[in-house]
Amino acid sequence: MSFPWANHYTPSHPVMKWMDEKLPLPRLVYNAVGAGYPVPRNLNYMWNFGVLAGFCLMLQIVTGVILAMHYAANAGVAFASTEHIMRDVNWGWMLRYAHANGASAFFVVVYLHIFRGFYFGSYKAPREMIWLLGVVIFLLMMATAFMGYVLPWGQMSFWGAKVITGLFGAIPVVGEPIQQWLLGGFAPDNAALNRFFSLHFLLPFVIAGVVILHIWALHIPGSSNPTGVEVKSESDTVPFHPYYTAKDGFGLGVFLLIYCAFLFFMPNQLGHPDNYIPANPLSTPAHIVPEWYFWPFYAILRAFTFDIFFIPAKLMGVLAMFSAILVWFFLPWLDNSPVRSGHYRPMFKKFFWILVIDMAVLFYCGGAPAEEPFVMMSQIATAYYFLHFLVVLPLVALMEKPKPLPFSITEAVLGSDDAAKLAAKS
Amino acid sequence: MADTTGTADPAVIAGTEGEGIRRRDFINIAAVGAAGVGGIATLVPLISQMAPSKDVLAESSTEVDLAAIQPGQAIKAIFRKQPLFIRNLTAKEIAEANAVDVASLRDPQTLDERTKPGKENWLITMGVCTHLGCVPLGAAEGEVKGEFGGYFCPCHGSSYDTAARIRKGPAPKNLEVPEYEFTSDTVVKIG
Ligand code: HEM
Ligand code: FES
Repeated sequence: MSFPWANHYTPSHPVMKWMDEKLPLPRLVYNAVGAGYPVPRNLNYMWNFGVLAGFCLMLQIVTGVILAMHYAANAGVAFASTEHIMRDVNWGWMLRYAHANGASAFFVVVYLHIFRGFYFGSYKAPREMIWLLGVVIFLLMMATAFMGYVLPWGQMSFWGAKVITGLFGAIPVVGEPIQQWLLGGFAPDNAALNRFFSLHFLLPFVIAGVVILHIWALHIPGSSNPTGVEVKSESDTVPFHPYYTAKDGFGLGVFLLIYCAFLFFMPNQLGHPDNYIPANPLSTPAHIVPEWYFWPFYAILRAFTFDIFFIPAKLMGVLAMFSAILVWFFLPWLDNSPVRSGHYRPMFKKFFWILVIDMAVLFYCGGAPAEEPFVMMSQIATAYYFLHFLVVLPLVALMEKPKPLPFSITEAVLGSDDAAKLAAKS
Repeated sequence: MADTTGTADPAVIAGTEGEGIRRRDFINIAAVGAAGVGGIATLVPLISQMAPSKDVLAESSTEVDLAAIQPGQAIKAIFRKQPLFIRNLTAKEIAEANAVDVASLRDPQTLDERTKPGKENWLITMGVCTHLGCVPLGAAEGEVKGEFGGYFCPCHGSSYDTAARIRKGPAPKNLEVPEYEFTSDTVVKIG
């Protein structure tokens, strides 16, 4: 679906005409990301991150498929095969660093994409389905990245796998059998490594499938925009191509500069030196931390050091960690304000920034050792995190008096809209 | 719609079958039911293949000779690919463990319940923290034993006492005592 004034696909070359009758794939592309897709004219750079996330997914798939040609998923040789990639395979070091740093870049981009949604209310009707599919993609990404990190079979790989599968052991009664079933053994070993490799290979393609649904759902209402006011007329939009292909292209260039700075000048900055030590089931590294992109959620997991009623601390931590993401599924219904964009919501805007600070605190504590004052800081920040979504957002929606909205996107951009004047007259 | 298996007139069918159930409904329910049972049965191998395989299970018992372990010493062995702590408790450590009020413990157990009769000095436990599975310190020479003199887990700070019972920190349970038996005075078979 699209707006009635969208450009029409009219192939002129006979080959393209022939193609259009047999398989209208070029038509699909034209209408989805070409001149046939009208987009609000006022999108800022926060709307760049969806395209960048798509780029990262392709980057991970290409580098990942190549790594899989040289990697061996066997606990006896996995570490050595990763070193073989680093030392012997032509350009292997670059491809592996590209994949490892690509995972980090992917999460940076996706976090910004998600916070764009938080601030501009992109999750609100009629875009709930886009948001829900996005949360599914995020969960799949976390599973993929976790299993990928296990593959090099270093100390952090091994102990990360042990701690995370240990979470399932917190489930009462069935926990331990589930944990053994997930690992195919009593501790992470060959069986676990093999299945993680198989799933790590598969999941990115599942993600690609959900991304297609995400974009399909997006193309029904079309993109939102910084004002949050829906498109009313042709003057509110420009065709995706060439306007946003150019803008997104520029953004991609900036992204690549930063990504390549990491890739070529500090490829191990985001990793842990312990992962260059082969896995040793008998010795735990002094300080187990997951990759940076899991830190906020890891902090929530560790915030529970005391039992709550009859629920043991360990189970509470696990439940809280999963709930921290699952609560996003309810966001479209927790925030009931009819105004989308944070620009026009003075009270919401303040709480948005408090949430950003809160998550920064969680992020910091998740990477810090489990000592005071970090434990107490995580506890306060965790409590606030849930308070924000479950209490603050619904209350703000009730109490706040939003600022007046512009009549249209055109008015917001140009200062006046002829259609607005006409409407005022009649 | 063309009907090839009989008449479509309900009155006629009801008359011939006497029950008011159409033949097609019966076939439909039977077919979908059989396919459903078959489908569910196929899930059994698909799920069960993930469980520990025969070779993993075959490695599931270990024998250890205790003769060389002096009182106050401990060793780390491997049981089911996981660390196992075997500790020869001193009289003082045993007394410390017995002095604790069991009812005050998070996971109440006496030292006697965690050892074999007549072998109270042999404390055999998994070296797997019951919080999230790190290997606690305190078995090897020179490692910190924590404030209760047993084991200390560096990951999130759980402390265990001289009977390897949880005393402080996030771990919910005492270090697990695996199934084992003494096959001679100095040899134990674990698992
Ligand atoms: C959603 C996209 C993906 C993410 C987020 C991701 C993430 C990761 C991460 C974090 C690592 C560990 C890197 C390290 O520490 O060296 C890794 C390793 C690996 N990945 Fe991926 N990956 C993705 C897609 C893929 C795909 C599509 C394949 C193959 C078809 C693949 C194959 C591999 C292989 C063979 C390794 C082990 C080699 C190594 O450690 O460098 N990945 N992945
Ligand atoms: S794993 Fe031992 S305290 Fe958390």
